[in-house]
Amino acid sequence: MKLREIVVEKAIVPSLSGLKRDEVLAELLDALVAADAAPTAHRDALLKGIIARERRGSTGFGHGVAVPHVKTAEVPSIRVAVGISETGIDFGALDKQPVHSVFLLLSPESRPEEHIDAMEAIFANLSRDQFRRFLRQASTADDVLTLLEEADAAQAG
Amino acid sequence: MPSRTVTISNRLGLHARPAMMLAECANGFACAVTIRRDGTDEAIDGKSIMQLLMLAGTCGTTLEIIADGADADAALDALVSLVESGFDDE
Repeated sequence: MKLREIVVEKAIVPSLSGLKRDEVLAELLDALVAADAAPTAHRDALLKGIIARERRGSTGFGHGVAVPHVKTAEVPSIRVAVGISETGIDFGALDKQPVHSVFLLLSPESRPEEHIDAMEAIFANLSRDQFRRFLRQASTADDVLTLLEEADAAQAG
Repeated sequence: MPSRTVTISNRLGLHARPAMMLAECANGFACAVTIRRDGTDEAIDGKSIMQLLMLAGTCGTTLEIIADGADADAALDALVSLVESGFDDE
């Protein structure tokens, strides 16, 4: 699975304004809604689901990245928003470090394999120091897109 | 090095929460734990959640768990039964 195919171009937020976890979750979800990649009518329920998931255990798996997500019947295919925070957000991460890169996933609940494949595609890159560093340095959505395309090409090769 | 194979049986597969449970379990042992998809060469660190999520462990995927160290057998018993239990998923 390619990152470029699951990341919604208009839901790339290169400079998150939210400073708290839940603000950032709302900001990224709203970016998906604004891009018509998530249904407006279910916005509040989706946000509640994402926050509830985060409370059960932080998706801040370390190295300054977090991958909040919710499984839902309201999307036909996986939808991903990407946000970058220069100041860093407290996600209650496993390594206690602030989070600078957030991948928010809305996953169709009827297709769990798609969620697993997306996690693989995301972590195959987020586990690399260089990818994390470049992502954090990206200042425009175009920078992020270029990085994702390069990452996809490298994985394919 | 002792190793065991086990097949992921929960419908949702090795998503974040099961990956966290596996990493926590592996970290409870002193031995090194590596895991690979059965039949592939690339092994990942079984103590890292991020790397566990790179296994793309969907339901039905068979994993080979390899342990190296004094408590390797106990670690394998615990890890295999955790995967077989289906992680109390759903």
